[in-house]
Amino acid sequence: MDASIRLRVDGQWRTLDVDTRTTLLDALRERLGVTSPKKGCDHGQCGSCTVLLDGRRAVTCLALAVAHDGAEIVTAEGLADGEDLHPVQRAFLEQDGLQCGYCTPGQVCSAVGMLEEVKAGWPSQVTEDLAGPPELDDEEIRERMSGNLCRCGAYPNIVAAIRQGAR
Amino acid sequence: MEFLRPLSWEEALALRAGRPDAVPIQGGTDVMVEINFEVRRPGALLDLNPVRELAEWEMAEGRLRIGAGLPYTRLIEEVGDRVPGLAQAARTVGSPQIRNRGTVGGNLGAASPAGDCHPPLLAAGAQVEVESAAGGVRMIPAEEFYLGVKRTALRDDELIRAVWLRPAEGPQHFSKVGTRNAMVIAVCSFAIALHPAERRVGTGIGSAAPTPLRAAEAEEFLAGELAGEPAWGRSLPDGLAERFGELVGRAAAPIDDVRGTAAYRRHALAVMARRTLTWAWQDRLAGTGRS
Amino acid sequence: MTVEAARRGGEALGDSALRPDGVLKVTGEFAYSSDLWADDMVWGVTLRSPHPRARITGIDVSEALAVPGVHAVLTHEDVPGEKFYGLEHHDQPVLAIDQVRYQGEPVALVAADHPETARRARDRIRVGYEVLEPLTDARRAALDPSYPKVHGDRSNVVRHQPIRVGDMAHARRVAEVVVRGEYEVGMQDQAFLGPESGLAVPAEDGGVDLFVATQWLHVDQEQIAPCLGLPTGRVRLTLAGVGGAFGAREDLSMQIHACLLALRTGRPVKIVYGREESFFGHVHRHPARLRYEHGATRDGRLVYVDAEIVLDGGAYASSTSAVVGNAASLGVGPYEVPNVRLDAYGVYTNNPPCGAMRGFGAVQACFAYESQMDKVAEACGLDPVEVRIRNAVAEGSRLATGQVIDMPAPLAAMLEDARAFPAPPPTGTADVRDLPGGVSNTTHGEGVRRGVGYAVGIKNICYSEGFDDHSTARVRLETVGGEPAALVHTAAAEVGQGLVTLQAQIARTELGVRQVTVAPADTGVGSAGSSSASRQSYMTGGAVRAACEAVRERVIELAEERLGRSLPGASLHDGRVVAADGLAVASLAEVLAGRAVEETREFRHRRTTALDPLTGQGDSHVQFAFCVHRAVVDVDVELGLVKVVELAAVQDVGRILNPLALEGQIHGGSAQGLGLALMEEIQVRDGVVRNPSFTDYLIPTILDMPPMRTRILENADPHAPYGLRGAGEPPTLSSTPAIVAAVRDATGRPLTRIPVRPEHISCG
Repeated sequence: MDASIRLRVDGQWRTLDVDTRTTLLDALRERLGVTSPKKGCDHGQCGSCTVLLDGRRAVTCLALAVAHDGAEIVTAEGLADGEDLHPVQRAFLEQDGLQCGYCTPGQVCSAVGMLEEVKAGWPSQVTEDLAGPPELDDEEIRERMSGNLCRCGAYPNIVAAIRQGAR
Repeated sequence: MEFLRPLSWEEALALRAGRPDAVPIQGGTDVMVEINFEVRRPGALLDLNPVRELAEWEMAEGRLRIGAGLPYTRLIEEVGDRVPGLAQAARTVGSPQIRNRGTVGGNLGAASPAGDCHPPLLAAGAQVEVESAAGGVRMIPAEEFYLGVKRTALRDDELIRAVWLRPAEGPQHFSKVGTRNAMVIAVCSFAIALHPAERRVGTGIGSAAPTPLRAAEAEEFLAGELAGEPAWGRSLPDGLAERFGELVGRAAAPIDDVRGTAAYRRHALAVMARRTLTWAWQDRLAGTGRS
Repeated sequence: MTVEAARRGGEALGDSALRPDGVLKVTGEFAYSSDLWADDMVWGVTLRSPHPRARITGIDVSEALAVPGVHAVLTHEDVPGEKFYGLEHHDQPVLAIDQVRYQGEPVALVAADHPETARRARDRIRVGYEVLEPLTDARRAALDPSYPKVHGDRSNVVRHQPIRVGDMAHARRVAEVVVRGEYEVGMQDQAFLGPESGLAVPAEDGGVDLFVATQWLHVDQEQIAPCLGLPTGRVRLTLAGVGGAFGAREDLSMQIHACLLALRTGRPVKIVYGREESFFGHVHRHPARLRYEHGATRDGRLVYVDAEIVLDGGAYASSTSAVVGNAASLGVGPYEVPNVRLDAYGVYTNNPPCGAMRGFGAVQACFAYESQMDKVAEACGLDPVEVRIRNAVAEGSRLATGQVIDMPAPLAAMLEDARAFPAPPPTGTADVRDLPGGVSNTTHGEGVRRGVGYAVGIKNICYSEGFDDHSTARVRLETVGGEPAALVHTAAAEVGQGLVTLQAQIARTELGVRQVTVAPADTGVGSAGSSSASRQSYMTGGAVRAACEAVRERVIELAEERLGRSLPGASLHDGRVVAADGLAVASLAEVLAGRAVEETREFRHRRTTALDPLTGQGDSHVQFAFCVHRAVVDVDVELGLVKVVELAAVQDVGRILNPLALEGQIHGGSAQGLGLALMEEIQVRDGVVRNPSFTDYLIPTILDMPPMRTRILENADPHAPYGLRGAGEPPTLSSTPAIVAAVRDATGRPLTRIPVRPEHISCG
């Protein structure tokens, strides 16, 4: 059964008909040709399909497209301003926070969303002192990025990239 | 598959009454796994996201009423200090992305024996508020809610509205064994909540039986051993925590599966029970942990 | 030397040049094989066997064909050419014929308008199975001739490679210390994040163009074309973006299937596996059972090694033969052992097929021999590092195969370096993040013990045992917009290791130009060989250098013609021809004068020889690489949970070509070794996979990967281009046994099986 929905993807309103069973990830990739979010595991265990969904990082493989009619979605592609990379993207590039790159768009979106969460003062899993603003040391970066797998094992450079991107 | 999108709680209940085959969906982090893998092919989905009041919480009658649609991230941030056991469990659910969308209501609805929120709800003596258009509101104690693997006391026409629990009256701890340090489903888990006013300790065991469960014998043992005011002001008697741990291990009915062996699960539960009781008691004596 | 950030930003050889494909990768615009699209394409899906062993009594596709939107349903009868393929043995059917030999074996294919339609139709194919008892005992398959055969009359032993050195009877008499161990290695999965996928497009000439993520385009082409009944030239391959490989893309997966469907339907066909299907869609690391006996003198010098290694190859051979060759030839490790009796077997069973994964046969053996070295140390009352130093090979040492190491092998010094790394701070208890279990809040310090372990590994670089390996590079130099620019074209697969970066660095350095483009890899140029065996810097690096040298020679000739004088010893720098005296004599733009200079070269490494089938003697390897790890762990000994506190690695890479990318390889190899040590295993029971998902096949997260220290040495190999040594695999070998040794140190448990599970530590 189909439904018509509207999504604002990387700043552009798009209208599409989707089967009600379609995930947001499939809607983006297969219906809209937005292939920056990647499919790695089909069930929220790898983070490769992470986007910013209404401003927060979310895995699109576990989001139902019809449930997000009218949503604002920013993918890694939309984070860059044309030729100008987002500072987090530049940091991933310069610190070599990637190898095969398949997890990278998800890592980048997750990192950008995470930095926003830190700015908003959200405690992480591990924030001990809930009163003060969270301090973003390496351990905190790892904790907050634990939802994005990188099989190439570029983790040390990902930590370095996020440290750079946070500045 | 039909997609039902009620805009109010009343409408949701009405839709629910007419569609017993509809699966309620909130954050989607549980339901979508089953849909993606075609474990379930529901006739309809009932999207509760537009019912905004589900994503709120309030204090009522001295108790905390947490809406079924409150994402873990907000639960941790906004009420974590009042329900530390539940907050600790919520912090170990999936990944940060999943915690941004997943909810306690969803955890209850899915009723996976490995669901992280069940043990602290059991230990705290939480109640699940469910409602149907015809039958009105029912309050189901957490320990009566879980009936079997992914089976609950929820009737076909009912929806989960909220969970109720008293702000922690004493120290609480949640402990979970997984074989990696993040994004892991529990091999087994344990929650403890001290209820000093009742001279009682609440427990919850996860992922070690077809349903989450309380370690009743262990609770009774402690209540007996710690009867009377003076016991609650002193250090734990020697060997008490060990014995408590053994009883918790014995309460479980685990199986061997890909995540771990039954023997290991019993052993790990005993260790976690001993340690968490020790920490909770230390918190109590130190006056920390909201006792 | 250590890697200095100071070299970042440069683009020549030795600099931390950034990835040319990096911008597209950080924005997500880089097109992986799963991102490909053709307007009129249809989707292919695969019907797989649910049984590990069964006779097929019939296949009825009529209902599936009747589903609206279905374009084709194919079985083995529709394979027009050869029905079997394989890397070393053509033993694997394109689609099952009359029987299935492993769970997940492809039986039929469907093409339909929409993937959901294709899946629905697939579910309507009726296959009759007569289920048989699966043959899953690898040791019996290796040693018991009465064990039933997996492949008709063919022996279950794919390869048996003995190694015989010295006089074992005498050795046993003189050995003063004997230690024995039996070890087991579980089945590891490469678990690349980008599942198997590709797009096959039928061509007007009756052939097919295939865009696919693979490790070796030409070996795919050679296997695909005969099955399609087409001449090789009509099957053209282009490399699509590769979402990780690690060995899992050496074998074919969806390649022939997509081509068959494309040729049948006349439409482009896309096939993309999901994660679950991916677990069945590629080979895994061979699980192994290893029995070792080491004899030594009381002062810790090895006298003999007696070993048996059984590698379970599963249903089809894949690269089992070569894996056995590595396990045998490297089976005693980087130690001088005067007497060796070793037997390595690779066998057929009805378990999932196994083949290449990073470390390739050397990984399994390394876990066993390094565990044994710790036992020798303990038996002799020696420090584990000391016992390794006493037996370490060096340049000039003779390996168990009789091959003499004719390149630097400063293993003893590397071990000293590893021991000299400063110790990480002691276990903290204030912050649960620092403890095993982390925020799962399982300990506040109770039961936590620190452990330290060391391990070394030896890995062959490049293909071995007489394989005539080569790589081809075409380099073109011309002026574009008035500037000299080079175009490098090879068929070499960039799989994340940074090969396109390196190719550009080499061309920039050799040709003295800034502007270098690396063309997409395809079969329009000669084979580059596989992105395997840590060989591409050596082989394709060597080929690009050779092609650049040829171009340079021609350019200097053109300069000589133009200037009317000879330019002995001239080179190219900064867009100019520079004479031997260092003076620029002409610009490249002037010399080229609108012409293009293009050269193609094949690069070959020095010849190797086969191993003697009875004694295992032979100069079978091109190059050896070494890595030493020190692992520091905290273990909750009661719950059996491990936190790796720090990994430190010392590796000799001959010459650092790109410090940043090199460190990434060491991190990645170490991380995959950590996974094998502590969490990664495809659990198979009676031939059935029990955990084909990322929920239950766990790979390390960023929280599992500790901070790493690295010390990188540059002792040039005189036989290799630039003196380099392949670097991607060695860290995968040694990180696993180092971590397990550290856990043993903390717990006192024997831990003979990997991955180590919590119950092995706490209840073992």
